[in-house]
Amino acid sequence: MSTWIVVVAVGLATILFKAAGPVFLGKRPLPVRVRGVVDLLAPVMLTALVVTQAVGGDGELSFDARLPGVAAGAVAVWRRAPIVVAMAIAAVVTAAVRIV
Amino acid sequence: MSTEGPHATRLRDGVRAAVPLAPGPVLFGLSFGVLADAAGMSAVAATAMSATTFAGSAQFAAVSVLDAGGTILAAVLAAVFLNARYVALSITVAGIFPGGRLRRLVESQAIVDESWALSGRSGRFEWPILVGAGLFLYLLWVGSTALGTVAGGALDDPDALGLDAAFAVLFLALAAPYLRGRRALQAAVLAGAITLALTPVAPSGVPIVAAASACLLGLRR
Repeated sequence: MSTWIVVVAVGLATILFKAAGPVFLGKRPLPVRVRGVVDLLAPVMLTALVVTQAVGGDGELSFDARLPGVAAGAVAVWRRAPIVVAMAIAAVVTAAVRIV
Repeated sequence: MSTEGPHATRLRDGVRAAVPLAPGPVLFGLSFGVLADAAGMSAVAATAMSATTFAGSAQFAAVSVLDAGGTILAAVLAAVFLNARYVALSITVAGIFPGGRLRRLVESQAIVDESWALSGRSGRFEWPILVGAGLFLYLLWVGSTALGTVAGGALDDPDALGLDAAFAVLFLALAAPYLRGRRALQAAVLAGAITLALTPVAPSGVPIVAAASACLLGLRR
């Protein structure tokens, strides 16, 4: 049930963000400093998510079967493989390590 | 829609432009449904999220935080921080939306990374391409999310399949294009360090939200 709070809050915020230019602000660009901060939000949040998803645990860092999978997937990303291929490589390596 | 005729055909051009991208939203929609199910989100809630948020990375972020046991607030903040970039994106196309405020509010929801990029291919942003492509991708995204929740319900333990590692790589691949810039790379390294440092001592979800502070590096000129 509480997940609905996430659905509604994120949905409302995103609808307003997407409408910001066309409905509320017009073509006026954001102030330079605001723009500088906004531009960094995506890489910053995505990197934090990589870390928690790869080594995050229950109140601790956990270096487990995810790590070889993520490393293999990272090489694939670096070699410019399609995202889905890189994800599949990571999943297969991690699943294999878990079986062993 | 009041603009039949030329616009009707041009919207079709937007759909056509987006067809080669179709595997993306389908596969990610399916995986979002699976991950949402694993995170304890109902099928209806997951599908409603795709229908209202329609921004893959933020949706993955929210359910990733929930799946890791983070709080509702942390999940909301992670997703909202990620989507704030749409303010900058939507300003670049502010002038191309015709009609009244309500119509612009509705049609601006077609803005996603892919439709935005396609609509600017000719050198100037084109409304029919953005809305046509966005609508096509939207239908695929919402439909495949619904299907994914069904598949997710059938999976006993998605992590046994290595899905947790796959989602780490998804976030990495989404971050990669940003990291060519020096400042973005510095901010990303700082964010990663904050997350690593706080994970052992802070409740789940808090490290990600705290890492957002790394974006303040953007205040420097």
